[in-house]
Amino acid sequence: MSTHDHTPPGAATGPAGPPPRARTRKATGAPTGLTQGSRARGGIGESTLRPDGTLKVTGEFAYSSDMWHEDMIWGHILRSPVAHAEIVSIDVSGALAQAGVHAVMTYDDLPTDVRYYGLEIQDTPVLAHGRVRHHGEPVALVAADHPETARRAADRIRVEYRELPVVTDEASALAPGAPVLHPDRAPHGAHPNIVHRQPIVRGDVGAAARRADVVVTGEYTFGMQDQAFLGPESGLAVPGEDGGVDLFVATQWLHSDLRQIAPVLGLPAHKVRMTLAGVGGAFGGREDLSMQIHACLLALRTGKPVKIVYNRFESFFGHVHRHPAKLRFEHGATRDGKLTHMKCRIVLDGGAYASASPAVVGNASSLSVGPYVVDHVDIEALALYTNNPPCGAMRGFGAVQACFGYEAQMDRLAAELGMDPVEFRQRNAMEQGSLMPTGQRVDAPAPVAELLRRVQARPMPPERQWETTEGADVRQLPGGLSNTTHGEGVVRGVGYAVGMKNVGFSEGFDDYSTARVRMEVSGGEPVATVHTAMAEVGQGGVTVHAQIARTELGISRVTIQPADTGVGSAGSTSASRQTYVTGGAVRNACREVREQVLRMGRRKFGTYHRAWATAKLLLEGGKVVTDAGEALADLADVLGDEAVEAELEWRHRPTRPFDPHTGQGDGHVQYAFAAHRAVVEVDTELGLVKVVELACAQDVGKAMNPLSVVGQIQGGSVQGLGMAVMEEIVVDPVTAQVRNPSFTDYLIPTILDTPPLPVDVLELADPHAPYGLRGAGEAPTLSSTPAVLAAVRDATGLDLTHTPVRPEHLVAAALAAAPGRTARN
Amino acid sequence: MDFLRPASWEDALAAKAEHPAAVPIAGGTDVMVEINFGHRRPEHLLDLGRIEELATWETDRDTVRLGAGVPYTKIMESLRAELPGLALASHTVASPQIRNRGGVGGNLGTASPAGDAHPALLAAGAEVEAESVRGSRLIPIDAFYTGVKRNALAPDELIRAVRIRKARGPQQFSKVGTRNAMVIAVCAFAIALYPAERRVRTGIGSAAPTPVRAEEAEAFLAAALDEERLWDSGARIAPSLAEKFAGLCAAACDPIDDVRGTADYRRHAVGVMARRTLTWTWEAYRAAPAADRREGGAV
Amino acid sequence: MRVHFTVNGRQHEADDVWEGESLLYVLRERMGLPGSKNACEQGECGSCTVRLDGVPVCACLVAAGQAEGREVVTVEGLAAHAGQRAQRSGGAPARSEGGQAALAPIQQAFIDAGAVQCGFCTPGLLVAADELLDRQPNPSDADIREALSGNLCRCTGYEKIMDAVRLAASRQGEAARR
Repeated sequence: MSTHDHTPPGAATGPAGPPPRARTRKATGAPTGLTQGSRARGGIGESTLRPDGTLKVTGEFAYSSDMWHEDMIWGHILRSPVAHAEIVSIDVSGALAQAGVHAVMTYDDLPTDVRYYGLEIQDTPVLAHGRVRHHGEPVALVAADHPETARRAADRIRVEYRELPVVTDEASALAPGAPVLHPDRAPHGAHPNIVHRQPIVRGDVGAAARRADVVVTGEYTFGMQDQAFLGPESGLAVPGEDGGVDLFVATQWLHSDLRQIAPVLGLPAHKVRMTLAGVGGAFGGREDLSMQIHACLLALRTGKPVKIVYNRFESFFGHVHRHPAKLRFEHGATRDGKLTHMKCRIVLDGGAYASASPAVVGNASSLSVGPYVVDHVDIEALALYTNNPPCGAMRGFGAVQACFGYEAQMDRLAAELGMDPVEFRQRNAMEQGSLMPTGQRVDAPAPVAELLRRVQARPMPPERQWETTEGADVRQLPGGLSNTTHGEGVVRGVGYAVGMKNVGFSEGFDDYSTARVRMEVSGGEPVATVHTAMAEVGQGGVTVHAQIARTELGISRVTIQPADTGVGSAGSTSASRQTYVTGGAVRNACREVREQVLRMGRRKFGTYHRAWATAKLLLEGGKVVTDAGEALADLADVLGDEAVEAELEWRHRPTRPFDPHTGQGDGHVQYAFAAHRAVVEVDTELGLVKVVELACAQDVGKAMNPLSVVGQIQGGSVQGLGMAVMEEIVVDPVTAQVRNPSFTDYLIPTILDTPPLPVDVLELADPHAPYGLRGAGEAPTLSSTPAVLAAVRDATGLDLTHTPVRPEHLVAAALAAAPGRTARN
Repeated sequence: MDFLRPASWEDALAAKAEHPAAVPIAGGTDVMVEINFGHRRPEHLLDLGRIEELATWETDRDTVRLGAGVPYTKIMESLRAELPGLALASHTVASPQIRNRGGVGGNLGTASPAGDAHPALLAAGAEVEAESVRGSRLIPIDAFYTGVKRNALAPDELIRAVRIRKARGPQQFSKVGTRNAMVIAVCAFAIALYPAERRVRTGIGSAAPTPVRAEEAEAFLAAALDEERLWDSGARIAPSLAEKFAGLCAAACDPIDDVRGTADYRRHAVGVMARRTLTWTWEAYRAAPAADRREGGAV
Repeated sequence: MRVHFTVNGRQHEADDVWEGESLLYVLRERMGLPGSKNACEQGECGSCTVRLDGVPVCACLVAAGQAEGREVVTVEGLAAHAGQRAQRSGGAPARSEGGQAALAPIQQAFIDAGAVQCGFCTPGLLVAADELLDRQPNPSDADIREALSGNLCRCTGYEKIMDAVRLAASRQGEAARR
């Protein structure tokens, strides 16, 4: 057997590659006020290539599941086969007796009194304690010398469950006498099964409703989506000689993990050393802990390195999902197409544990109006505890569910008024200066009408592209390779949607990032090293950090250090915040380094040239130059053999909590906007959908890396497409068990389901954000789902209220009329 | 677990006789999923991958003897003329990577109602060549599927090949899934026209406990085509006739509601596919030169 | 059991292999070749795609014992594999960078086109796309989509993967014309 040591990735230098052809259209925007490094090669605004690209295409990039240690053993988790039960007994003797088993652990083996964890509310048991609350909840741990040995041993653990009634929706969760999921938690609303509730009231809805010429109500349901990142939850915990542990893991936020892990292990934080291993996608699903504590527990218990890798089945139980939602809206408008009022109630299913539910509620309520001006609102959003799988963070959370509802309403209103749906939206579009329903003023560009105009103005994809001289190319038709139609029954439809997402952590959260930047001479050349704990999950933060350093420091060689807990928190790679917040921290740390370098230069060389004292100085091309372009010194000479380093925290403007009764408050820091136009072809007889084109226009403030930001927009758009036509975790309403925990039955789009994705990038600078940038990762996931649904409605004339739309929804009329229907109970 | 690696077909049969519970593995595309997830822990795995004749086919004037392990990719690429229905079905199997490994032997051995090959094999009237140390026998496809994931093989038997008559008329295959590639059938339908015999055969997948034929629909269609002399005239099939055929095909289903689709939808979709594939095959038949039509040659 | 097979031109062997282990597990955990990825282990994602005797397959669905004596090419050997192909077809020899084996055209194109985000699907896609270009140097968009329909990507929306394959095809074509 060969041995190999996979060191964590990330320690890659980032040379500026040849800029590939840009697919971004530049839009005019406010100048971003750059004073430094605008001529830096490989700086911000260029499509520099990923520093980890070569490692990733050669297979050398070490993901968390690639971690390996010569002496390692394998951890495995026994999970509950039922959704709600009392644990009567656990007998681990059979597992312990099996050869090759090193340890078996249950709740009783936990080392300290801290036995619960959670992002916001510590309600999640590390291992089930007397009760399981959802299908797949961890009950026991096994460590063994081979994954199959561990699986077999887990099968020999005898757990006696006494099943309890399940609550699965609002009616059952809030019914009198309903089982209470967390009886110890102080009530937070009318019922203990409500995790969090946020009303927002503004204006006079009753009076406004009387002014409405049309009132449209609608009820919508949003299915449970899975992040379906490809890299399974995995990592390696290595016990340290000091009694601590080194953990190599894929996560979105090292320090948040650390804060939850260390107390359970009974270790001080500095004895839990975390290093980010390669992350195979995240999308919110790695914001909560998965195998982190379990691997550490087993490593500390056995004294051996322990590797845990979930398989795909387990992954569906091992992370939270997107909250399914029921949304009820009432909108009114005047005959000339102005919105009068909006009432809504959004019920989110948080599942068995809180996870990010409170923040999801905050987003869903505060963004439920969408990017429109509505002065009179009555909004309520709440999240429930149920026995369904726990739900939490996923790209665009809260805003995604709301957007599906309000955009369907916009189409209904437009239809009711006989107006073009885009024009109707534009008439009500918010702009800079508009007020949110929370009373917060939108104080940066909000080009909602313009984004819609751009997607609408785009030429339509040609009709009947499947026709070839040799007949129909089924790959371009609904059904694809399955050969279901050669054009029969196929009808085209077009739909539009626009959405808005808050960027960064909201509601008074102290949202900051830490960056450490060092400059020194190496090989005769100035080199910068950027060290943050930012989780690179694929989004390209490492690329952008190197670009920022080049721009700010005027040098070309930048090394990005592996992310670990040896530096302060960089916050979460979520909420579209990393380029903004950690980018801001890197920028400021670089500027601090720059000032130190200039001070050093003045000290060393100030007497030789008057400009050191009088001119505005910049770092460019590896030199100190005046703003008139005169070179004063090489950075290599300024630095000599000294290193300059700065570490600092950077925070965005503070936000405030929403008032618990009125929802008023400046809760958000920035908004991102995107619009989509979807063109679909629907086989109206079979109910199969082919998306023909999905065009997006998004304002990103500043395209820090045009290639990467377009990639984010396209990827987000396709996750929304999947949510529109195929992606749904199906939970049995009677047993609360997951029915499709596999990639065989939880379907995500293939390349044959995905159309061309033209992207129009606007760059209207946000004066409050570093470089004018706007968080970009989430907004495209919002509007793509409702745009596709609108297009399917356009093609079929159906009033579709559930996403994802399923074939049987599209042929419901035919099914209702068919003879020999199956009788249902 | 033991990994048995017979080098020859005779050795494989001997191993299966000695260990009737041994699980044959060829492409691995079913078996390995179950092993990877701990759903199945056989005492013996019987690797058929080294038996070359399983991955080859032979043809005579009328028949293709298709080795049980011929990958779907090869069927798509090399047997499109002889076995057009099965070639179309092969093209819908999972992904290119899976089609490079999987073959009809696996589909038949697993006998899942969702196996993509079954409807085409039913419509083509295939025979399964089963063999054991006791000898070889041909099992008509109509008698092969005995229950949900059950088949007519004896415990000591292995599938050597499938014998399929070369197409003598147009054939089609269609499958509904909720994704445009790499999808398990919600339901599937195959049809084969036999102009010389003035017969039609069908196959339905994923819409009953086993793959089934729509025999009543076949009989109705054959009679109607005869009665209206359509085989001779090559005239269009009236929409009402196609609709009736579709309805009978739908009625042949006995589907369930599951996570992939509802019973009602499956029945409906089989009807739609039946109507469309009948139209496609009939249009192909009509488009063939009249002389070919009379001889019932492959179209 | 013990298994031997060739990976990227080198003979490998592994001892004490459990009979239920997949080729993927043996490559990743026993042979130090973790480039092929373990995203689903049910043949639904293609991230473990390798070439087995030249044919793209999901390594997760090949029992380790079935690979005995066979030739496997993984993403780790893709550059050399593509280089040998280019030389056989009389094309330009592989460029080398700093003594390292050059990247295969498809690898370079994935980087240049922005087709890599998290990169977990990338190894499998590269092996599948390289095999496509091997057999069909100038594929249509529909051909590319069909050939890659067994490889899931969750990050990119596939558009830049399409760009990468087109780019590799055109560069390969230019190299052949030179």
